[in-house]
Formats: sequence, C-alpha cells, structure tokens
Amino acid sequence: MTSRIEVRKTLKLYIGGAFPRSESGRTFEVDGHNAALASRKDARDAVLAARAAFGKWTGATAYNRGQILYRAAEMGESRGVGASDVDRLVWYAGWADKIAQVIGNANPVAGPYFNLSSPEPTGVVGVIGPSDLVEAIASVIVTGNTCVVVTPRAVEAVFLAEVFATSDLPGGVVNILTGYPKEVGPWLASHDDVNALDLSGLDDAELAKSLEEAASDTLKRVLRPLPVTGMQRMTAFLETKTVWHPKGV
Amino acid sequence: MKFEYAPAPESTAIVSIKPSYGLFIGGEFVEGASAFKTINPASEEVLAEVSEASKEDVDRAVEAARAAFAKWSKLPGSERAKYLFRIARIIQERSRELAVLESLDNGKPIKESRDVDVPLVAAHFFYYAGWADKLEYAGFGPNPRPLGVAAQVIPWNFPLLMLAWKIAPALACGNTVVLKPAETTPLTALLFAEICQQADLPAGVVNIVTGAGATGAALVEHPGVNKVAFTGSTEVGRRIARAVAGTKKKVTLELGGKAANLIFDDAPLDQAVEGVVNGIFFNQGHVCCAGSRLLVQESVYDAVLEKLKRRMATLRVGDPLDKNTDIGAINSAEQLQRIRTLSDIGEEEGAQRWSPPCELPEHGFWFAPTIFTGVTQAHRIAREEIFGPVLSVLTFRTPAEAVEKANNTPYGLSAGIWTEKGSRILSIADKLRAGVVWANTFNKFDPTSPFGGYKESGYGREGGRHGLEAYLDVSH
Repeated sequence: MTSRIEVRKTLKLYIGGAFPRSESGRTFEVDGHNAALASRKDARDAVLAARAAFGKWTGATAYNRGQILYRAAEMGESRGVGASDVDRLVWYAGWADKIAQVIGNANPVAGPYFNLSSPEPTGVVGVIGPSDLVEAIASVIVTGNTCVVVTPRAVEAVFLAEVFATSDLPGGVVNILTGYPKEVGPWLASHDDVNALDLSGLDDAELAKSLEEAASDTLKRVLRPLPVTGMQRMTAFLETKTVWHPKGV
Repeated sequence: MKFEYAPAPESTAIVSIKPSYGLFIGGEFVEGASAFKTINPASEEVLAEVSEASKEDVDRAVEAARAAFAKWSKLPGSERAKYLFRIARIIQERSRELAVLESLDNGKPIKESRDVDVPLVAAHFFYYAGWADKLEYAGFGPNPRPLGVAAQVIPWNFPLLMLAWKIAPALACGNTVVLKPAETTPLTALLFAEICQQADLPAGVVNIVTGAGATGAALVEHPGVNKVAFTGSTEVGRRIARAVAGTKKKVTLELGGKAANLIFDDAPLDQAVEGVVNGIFFNQGHVCCAGSRLLVQESVYDAVLEKLKRRMATLRVGDPLDKNTDIGAINSAEQLQRIRTLSDIGEEEGAQRWSPPCELPEHGFWFAPTIFTGVTQAHRIAREEIFGPVLSVLTFRTPAEAVEKANNTPYGLSAGIWTEKGSRILSIADKLRAGVVWANTFNKFDPTSPFGGYKESGYGREGGRHGLEAYLDVSH
C-alpha cells in the first residue's frame, strides 16, 4: 500500500480579499514552503485596498463588526487556530460596541451646549512585524480601522488570512504581506495614505527608530516597541471627536 | 445708519512692566545668556527686554524641574490640588492685569483677552486642580503615575491660555514642567511665574525659559525630559516628531488647521454669518481651528455673501485696548508678511479679493478683514493655513460634495456645520474627519471639552478627562 501524497498549499499574499502572488514574482523559503515575498508595489496595492475598505468598515455598526470578529473566532476554532488566539478574538469581538462607552464622554461644559466626545478609528494602520498576529490585527480592526500587516511568518499569516477571508470580513479590511519588515516597512512608513504605524512587536530598535522618523513627515500615530495592553493597543489607533451643539428652544 | 464710537481705551495703569526679565528657574528669576526685545504689535514700541535661554540655561531649567519632581510627584494629590486651586484664584484676582498685559504683548482685542482668554485660563486650572486627587478614577488604570519632566512649547496666538492648557494637567498629574512661551509673547508667562511665587508653589515645579526656535529645540531634544507637548505649526511639529523618534518621550502635538465651515440652504443665515465671522475673524484669525474655508450651498450663496459683507463692514479694526475693537493687531511683522504674501497669491491664482472700507492705524501691524470668492480647492489660499483674517469662500451642491470638500485637506482639527436639520448635523458630523465639530456654533472652548486634531493637525488631546492621558504613565 502506498502512502498518500500530500497536497501542498501555495503561500500567497492577502490583499483586498484576494490571495495574489507578489507582483515581483519573488518568493522566500519559510518552513520548507516557498512563500510570496512582498514588494514595494504590493505594499502600495495593499494600502489602496485598505483605504478603499475603510469607509464601509468604519461605517458598519459596532454590533456588526463585533459579529464578524466573533465569526472569525468560530472559523479559527474549526480550522485549528490555537485556543488562546481564538479566545483573544472573542475578547476583542466583545469590545466593538463597548469601547465608545468606556472611553467616550459627555462633557459638562459651562454653557448651554450639548458636548459629546466619541472615539473614531484613525484610518489605515501599518502593522510592521507584529509579535502576535491575532492580537495585533484584532485590536486594530475591531474599532473600525483597516490594516496592512507585514510579517515574515508566512505559514501562520496565510492560515490566519484564510480565517478572515471566510468570516464575512469585507475584503481590504485586513491585508497581509508576507516578507521582510526591513524591506516593506519603510514604504508604509512614508506612504501618505497610511495614518498610523504599529511597531509594538518589532524587535529591531534601529528599524523601529528609522520607521518612526519616516512617519513624522505625515505625522502618523506610532505605537512604539514597548509593552502595551489590549486597551492601549485599541486607543493608540483611535481619534477623539468632540461635537458641540447649542441647547435652546 | 452708522454709529460713531468714542474711543473707550482700557487703562494700562494696572500693569507694571519691568524693563527686563530673567528666566524663571528653580523658583527664581535668573539672568539668561543673552536678551531680546518684545514689542507691542499695535504700536511697534518696545515693551520689555527678555532673556534668551541658551542650551546651558535649558539644562539648568530641566535640572531644576527634575529636582522638584521627586517631592512634587510624592505629594498627595489633594495637596497638589490646593496649589492649583490657589493659582486659579490668583488668576481670577489678577485677571484684569493679565488681560491688559496679554493685549499689549499679543495685539488681541481687550474684549477677547478679558472675556475669553483669561476666564478660560482660570477655569482650566480650576478644572484640573480637581483631578489631582482623583486620577485613579480617570479610566487610565488603577495606578496612573506621572511621567516626570514635561517640555512644553507654546505659540503666540493664545499665550496664557496655551500655558494653562499645558501646565494645569501636567501639574495635576504630578509632573514638573519647563515651558517656553513664543518669542513674540513672553510677558504673560513671566507674570504667571510671579503668580507661582505668590502661590508658594514649590521651587522648580514650574520653570519658564524664554527664547526663540533654538531654545525650543534644545528643550524638546533634551535627554532629561520625559514628555514633549507642543502647540504650533505643522512644520515644527514634524521636526519634533522626528527628533523624539526612538526615545521613550511621550508626545502630544496640536498643529495647524484649515477648517471648513459648511452652510446648508436651510441654515438660519444671520446666525450662520455671525458664526462665520467669529470663526475667521476672532483673534485676527490667529487660531489653529479658525474656520478659514467657508463652504456654502449654491442656492444660498448670494444671500450669504451679501449678509457676510454687510456684517464685515461693521467690524472695528484698531487699538486692541479699546473696548469696542473687534479686530486687533497682527502679532508680528513676520506674520503680517505671510498673510500679505498668501493673499497676493490668492489674487494671482484668480480668486476675487474683497475687504470692507477700513482705516488702519499708521503704526503697528494691521490687516483688514478679507474674503476671497471664486476660490477652487486647488488654490493655495484654500489649502494652506494663512493664520490671519482671511476667508476663502467655496460652494457645494450636495451634502456628499460638502463632506468631500471639507475633508480634502491634510489637516483635521475642526469643522463647522450650519443647518436646522438635526439628522443632517449628526450624519455630517460623523463623516467629517476633524477632532472638533461645532454645529450651529463655532470657536467654543471649555476646560472639560477635549481639543485636538486628526491627520496632520497632530495627535493627543488637551482638555477634559482625555487631556490627562498625555501626562500619565499608563503602562502599569
């Protein structure tokens, strides 16, 4: 009896809901697989996809975003994502319709005005070399941001991309570029249409510094490579909008 | 009918300006390395000579703040609070003196310094005083800690108010500060230093170093500071963001703006025009959140423009200390030049310029209230922050177009909406990418209300509960 020959998977990028190869035609070897090696052009395509998805995703109800993240947890469970990652997705899913209540404020101004501060997503977040993919992605998108992730951990990343691709998450909300933070990171740091950088997982201090410097040209919000809680991860990529209106009859 | 106004000047007798001022370091006024002059922009007369802090002076100030931090941060919050309440009270007691001095050094009308700036300053200290012993309830974890020494650099448009926005939350959270006021408006900060002495605030908790850009750069780049807070131009904000890269310094930046003020066809037009005038001509337009782009729905364009011109013709430009003055002096010759240059570019690019007949004083820096019509989104006057009494008028047809045009800027500090339809207000407010949205009002400020921008208008918030985060170490 001959043993069955395994069907291998081609490891590709995840951009705008599709799984393209790198436009550069390059690959790099990860755990015995030839994974697509993302290029500058792939990074630009991914930012375009993330920007295009932003309006719809940030305009979705918080309830809907929570449902979709919970769906990702369900998909993760059935596809064998680690228990702690699945639990983390469930934790973040629950935040979708609570964070505004916890960090928003009705402000008692000294005058006849209604005044309300609410959190809003920053926009497109570049997640460079995260140490924990699920934590990084879930915390960024649950509040309505979209993201472009750069990671060399191609096997795990593609596995996760498949979970998001089957969770009713609109294409473009999560984009994953497998490749080198050092090569692709600078293109995201200098891109005019990226609003923030998550460098919290980077273990290369020099690279983090140079990316933060490049980010200063467009005043991107930067989460530095320092220990950070889930709540701080979420608030790092939120703006506060304060709306005033006079009261009167 | 035209009303004639007799002059109604506020007396300057209440202020005694010294011929020269030192730096305020470690609770005392000390001599700086060199000196520069600060002038009254309404007359070009020298008001006083002020020390220019060198790198070594900044070192001394940071050391003094560091030395004071050990005790100040350990003081119970309830005790820190009492110092801040005391400062708030002294500001109220000396409010007229502060208002007159602010108008002299800055050029803003006394009715604004007296009725807006100084009352908000006192209120800001009063508000944050109350937080000092309640920080564990602020929602930043059970054990929020101060950061250390805060380096604070502020602009010349609201000298004392920006000082309050910086110093009050910093001290409430247990930090000590080194603050650099703008080189053209140092005097109220130096008077504030005297107020700190009068309040018996421990030496070194507040240090004031006067000087220009080099002093500011030395301060924010100093390795001994833990926090950088800056309000000013986007250009300098970028440099600061670059300078602190790779450090652990916490940063908040409140930078430029190019706010859109949207008038829909159902808006109460007289009220809207009043708001537009306040939005762009308040404080000579030297306001980062000024409503410098007016977007009018086409069907009411003619009516709005007519009312706007009529209202502008009643604005009184002149002596900042006259209680009837609406528009005071431009803060500096340099700023006046920038306003003139951009206005000339507006004409060259094809927009139509209009100002009411308006007699300007002979001495000092003045610019008549000005509007440009026929402005397109590509015009530099619609894209760049002019920071003066210059309004660009554009039109739109649909709400979607209004939002698209309003958001078509790298800035995102503030915006205005004028319409009687509640559902439209809420829907448009949701879509505007700006940190403060004023609906059927404009340029309202309050210590409880967070202020700050999206995009290239900076990051972090000042004011309210949100404003505490900038001065707390929340990593525990």
